[in-house]
Amino acid sequence: MLKDITIGQYYPADSAIHKLDPRVKIITTVIYIVSLFVTNDWIGYLAAFLFLAACIKVSKVPLSFILKGMKSIAFLLGITVVFNLIFTPGEEVLVTFWKITITEKGLEMAVRMAIRLSFLIVGTSLMTLTTTPNQLTNALERLMKPLSFMLPVHEIAMMMSIALRFIPILMEETDKIMKAQMARGADFETGNIIVRIKNMVPLLVPLFISAFRRANDLAMAMEARCYHGGAGRTQMKPLSYRGNDWVAYGVMWGYLAVCIVLRIVF
Amino acid sequence: MSIELRNVTYKYSTGTAYEMVALDNISLQIPDGQFIGIIGHTGSGKSTLIQHFNGLIRPTSGQVLFDGEDIWGEKYDRRHLRSQVGLVFQYPEHQLFETDVLTDVCFGPKNLGCSEEECKERALEALHQVGLKEKYYHMSPFDLSGGQKRRVAIAGVLAMNPKMLVLDEPTAGLDPKGRDDILDKVKELHETRGISIAIVSHSMEDMAKYVERIIVMNHGHMPFDGTPREVFSHYLELEKIGLAAPQITYIMHALAEHGLAVNTEATTVSEAKESILKALGR
Repeated sequence: MLKDITIGQYYPADSAIHKLDPRVKIITTVIYIVSLFVTNDWIGYLAAFLFLAACIKVSKVPLSFILKGMKSIAFLLGITVVFNLIFTPGEEVLVTFWKITITEKGLEMAVRMAIRLSFLIVGTSLMTLTTTPNQLTNALERLMKPLSFMLPVHEIAMMMSIALRFIPILMEETDKIMKAQMARGADFETGNIIVRIKNMVPLLVPLFISAFRRANDLAMAMEARCYHGGAGRTQMKPLSYRGNDWVAYGVMWGYLAVCIVLRIVF
Repeated sequence: MSIELRNVTYKYSTGTAYEMVALDNISLQIPDGQFIGIIGHTGSGKSTLIQHFNGLIRPTSGQVLFDGEDIWGEKYDRRHLRSQVGLVFQYPEHQLFETDVLTDVCFGPKNLGCSEEECKERALEALHQVGLKEKYYHMSPFDLSGGQKRRVAIAGVLAMNPKMLVLDEPTAGLDPKGRDDILDKVKELHETRGISIAIVSHSMEDMAKYVERIIVMNHGHMPFDGTPREVFSHYLELEKIGLAAPQITYIMHALAEHGLAVNTEATTVSEAKESILKALGR
């Protein structure tokens, strides 16, 4: 059941997108999100769709794998759509029943919101699917460097990469403890919500203990290797832009320009 | 009580880039009262195999039968099965969670719906059988030593009165004395309770000393299945798959090569000693 979560997962493949500098991918993703909110007409959405579809095609990540990750946020998407649908005031009323009125404007808003949100989620998950967590934090560290006079940039990046690194470990651990308790007759699947929460105790206590144990071990191991934070630390493979990265930036600015032009023209 | 696996195949993460075949068409039978050893290097499918025994994972294809009944049949009670086939995971002390030892051991029987007295009775019996001293019963399990914690965890499974006990590397991370203690206790359980035991281990010496049947796993296949003697006679093949026979096997073969008429099938130190003395004519 835990294996269905694909958000933040990395999908190994040999594609041009996988090989891009992670900074390019982060900036492009941010620009893409901005572009989704710049456009407010259907041609703009079409452009966003084409751009995303092209990226997915180039990335060689199977579409089914991306859509599987959408399942976990379908609920959130559903709520957003429903709220937009019933709470947007408007002139032209389409349907009225009980105390709920659905206006034409509401319907339009709901569809727009659904499109924006799903593009946003597919876009960001494409980034995490094609970039390893380490590359991501590495890129973030580099991008945040100008802020290092006011923020402990290196430490933040290190904490992020450790946190990301521990997600699969803790998932595995959860799975293991769950099975161990199930072997002792524990039941995690039936009963009302209170019973279920109570039944979680045999899972959560060992999980917390193991998380603290691992944190302690890791801190010790880092200290044993003389880790002392970011000052004077160099990287084994420093990030540097290559030809393809500049091409990608070009494509990205081109896309943004198209979005802005579409917005002005229509 | 018997367990039978029929053409069981198990794949992890089917349909993704991470797909991996952990078990490939395994068929085996475990009759009543056997003491079995399962060996194989890391990632050979041992742990996946034993999780099929009590229905924790569902085979991708094939059948698992307990007493002739398909455990993945529609109305099969798998919680009852789990009380019949007790599974002790690797590092079982990581599953402890209660405030004191006795309550933790009571968790299993309580889940089976036993009354409070019966839970306690079973727990006390199980704790006694794993050889934990009474003064620890009301301590927090987290204050015990590694070996003691492990006994508590094993007692936690034993308290469900299983007909078969499956232990995944019960001696990992213990010192030699703790290791022998645990294995002796397991052997004792086999004899006094008459339950079948399956034990996953890396130590060929332990296998030779305790078990009556060895199942060898390699890359999801089961290349050997037989008595320790039979299996260790394939010691050259075992080496090829990253395993080895007990050191005694090597010594006996070396002696035989040098012309001493010893029994190369000896698997334990005492057998070897007798055979060497006999060959020397003493």
